[in-house]
Amino acid sequence: MESDDVVLLADEAIALGAVHAGLGAAYGYPGTPSTEILEYLIRLYEAGKGPRAAWCANEKTAYEEALGASFAGRRVLVTMKHVGLNVAADPFVNSALVAIKGGLVLAVADDPGMHSSQDEQDSRYYAEFAMIPCLEPTDQTEAYEMAREAFDLSERFQVPVMIRITTRLAHSRAGVRTRLPRAGNSMEKSTDKAGWTLLPANARRRYERLCGIQAELEAWSTSSRWNAAEPSAAPRKADFAVVTGGLGRNYYEENLADFAESIGAEKLPPRLHVGAYPLPAAKLRELAAANRRILVIEEGAPLIEKALRGILPSGIEISGKLDGRLPRTGELNPDNVRAALGLAPRSSARLDAPPLPNRPPQLCQGCPHADSYAAVAKAVEGLPLSAIFADIGCYALGALPPFGLPEALVCMGASIGMAVGAAEAGYENVVGFIGDSTFLHSGVTPLIDAVSRNAPVTIVILDNSIVAMTGGQPTILPSSRLEEIVKGIGVDPAHVATIDASRAAAEKNVAIFRREIAHRGVSVVIARRECLEAIKAKKKKGAAARVAAEEACAPEEGE
Amino acid sequence: MTCDIVLAGVGGQGVLSITAIIAGAAMADGLKVRQSEVHGMAQRGGAVSAHLRISDSPIRGDLIPSGGADMILSMEPVESLRYLSFLKPEGVIVTAAESYVNIPDYPDLDPIVEAIGRLSRSRVVAAAELARKAGSSRAVNMVIVGAASSFIPVGRASIEESIARLFGAKDAGLVETNLKAFAAGRAAGAEGR
Repeated sequence: MESDDVVLLADEAIALGAVHAGLGAAYGYPGTPSTEILEYLIRLYEAGKGPRAAWCANEKTAYEEALGASFAGRRVLVTMKHVGLNVAADPFVNSALVAIKGGLVLAVADDPGMHSSQDEQDSRYYAEFAMIPCLEPTDQTEAYEMAREAFDLSERFQVPVMIRITTRLAHSRAGVRTRLPRAGNSMEKSTDKAGWTLLPANARRRYERLCGIQAELEAWSTSSRWNAAEPSAAPRKADFAVVTGGLGRNYYEENLADFAESIGAEKLPPRLHVGAYPLPAAKLRELAAANRRILVIEEGAPLIEKALRGILPSGIEISGKLDGRLPRTGELNPDNVRAALGLAPRSSARLDAPPLPNRPPQLCQGCPHADSYAAVAKAVEGLPLSAIFADIGCYALGALPPFGLPEALVCMGASIGMAVGAAEAGYENVVGFIGDSTFLHSGVTPLIDAVSRNAPVTIVILDNSIVAMTGGQPTILPSSRLEEIVKGIGVDPAHVATIDASRAAAEKNVAIFRREIAHRGVSVVIARRECLEAIKAKKKKGAAARVAAEEACAPEEGE
Repeated sequence: MTCDIVLAGVGGQGVLSITAIIAGAAMADGLKVRQSEVHGMAQRGGAVSAHLRISDSPIRGDLIPSGGADMILSMEPVESLRYLSFLKPEGVIVTAAESYVNIPDYPDLDPIVEAIGRLSRSRVVAAAELARKAGSSRAVNMVIVGAASSFIPVGRASIEESIARLFGAKDAGLVETNLKAFAAGRAAGAEGR
């Protein structure tokens, strides 16, 4: 009987797979549902049991640091959430053109259904756009195995390789079978200047090379074990076939017993699961040759479905998210896949109960952000043409009751850029809220724009000393440097204020906000108070350290 | 054999730690487990749920289908009804009796508890009171685990070991209190079966 070695989140399984593939370094920026990949590696690094693993200022810098490690011959992992890849898109797309030396693997976590995101973009499109391979696991052991294989592939084809994972698997725990680790690569002096210097003349050659290996990549994908065809019990009798992608496979299999009962086991359709990209076109054509209709069940955007419309003859009916058989938005689940198979819903328990109130997430009791919002709300009361922008982080919850203050919230750093644009368009009292970590991620550059034209905006940096929303990672630089950074860019020191974001200081804070909002130029207010979760975590860590110290001192006991 | 459990509560109530205890015990019994968690924005004081799937054969996916859950295990009465569509017609609800009020429109509790009571196999457990009696009001979660335990195909000893593992690192007194809370919950859950 097989045995499961370790219990891991699929995120952690990717991390461990990378370590066992001889990982030399790992970089990333926290973002749900990707955060736990690098957290696992940082824990190993800090315990002296793993290679360097570090949070970076943003996804772009993380990707560039990973490129440097690959240049030096090391195997390197870079992690982010799907929208983080937008930030890293510049180095990512270009990295497909360089002569990857040490395997470079990008683990990106998509969030269909937007559990904790602003959109549900599908990273497989990025892999296709950059013309690189992509692997997508459907369980924790596959996550481990694919991470290992991705490094080999990257070195074999000299391109970066993407591992795409989605929320439900990223945050699901199960037993993982592991294998013996491989040793890491040694550092090597790069000798391939032309392969890494993307001047037009080199880049053209490299692009030709990338286009040239596409047929090889497709051949690899066609023979990959991750693209497994499952013939029908009665070949050529079925009038339709199923193609699954990502977690679509799990939900299909969840319903398989009922499906077999409904249509007869001998009529179950042949199936192809796609776990490796580029698409295995030959296998898809083969599947289509014997069937009139194909149902595509894939997690995310209808990427396979659209491709099939191009790959297959027009007489074949392609069904999925584009013809409404499956929902175009949100996640797949066992229920909507069940309906797509034509099965009646399972019956559920029923009760005549009063209607339930919603319970949306909210700022913690006593959160410093709440005090900052309350003070600004009071300061802008009665002011004409005010506009309030917010950014990505816990404080986004200020858009919900009881505050409902922010009027726009788009992406990392946009609070400052949008404030500048709105002020220059004619708004008079403009405030942008941004967290300390988000500011260091993407807020410094738009603040430079604001300073360059002395735009009349007030930027509130909510400094809680931590990346709270994603579980309390340290901010990349100590909070004490924020004021120096802001002044260093050139914000007039007379209009840089640091305040205590507490109820006790409310009156004073309202006065400061009023004064700075009235100022017809850039002002920055740093609202400082430590996150309550951070304080709790510190206490816990302190207690754990005390216990560890006591245990170390205690005499050993026999079992 | 499969046992699918939807765990419900409010962010910060410890849904994940309960899931971890039961999952750990199931694995010690040689069963397969998949345990789906909620992270990120949803954790902040909002309604949260986790799916725990236990089986003696490979488990297909991380999510429990509608009408597929054998049990809803809830830290809070209102939250126990939020995921009712997941419960099998013959499924069981086990919930703490105490409300968690962090919203302005929290409903009158009596009709809620009454509705839960109409489900033939339901247990509304005075978890806070039992935890206090066991020695710590913070052991509420262990009362809930105890109340659920007799419906779950996992050995009592394995769950107790799982609890001991979780708290053993902190101190032995804590283990004893939590095991007492577990036993009180188990007795309350088994009542009238």
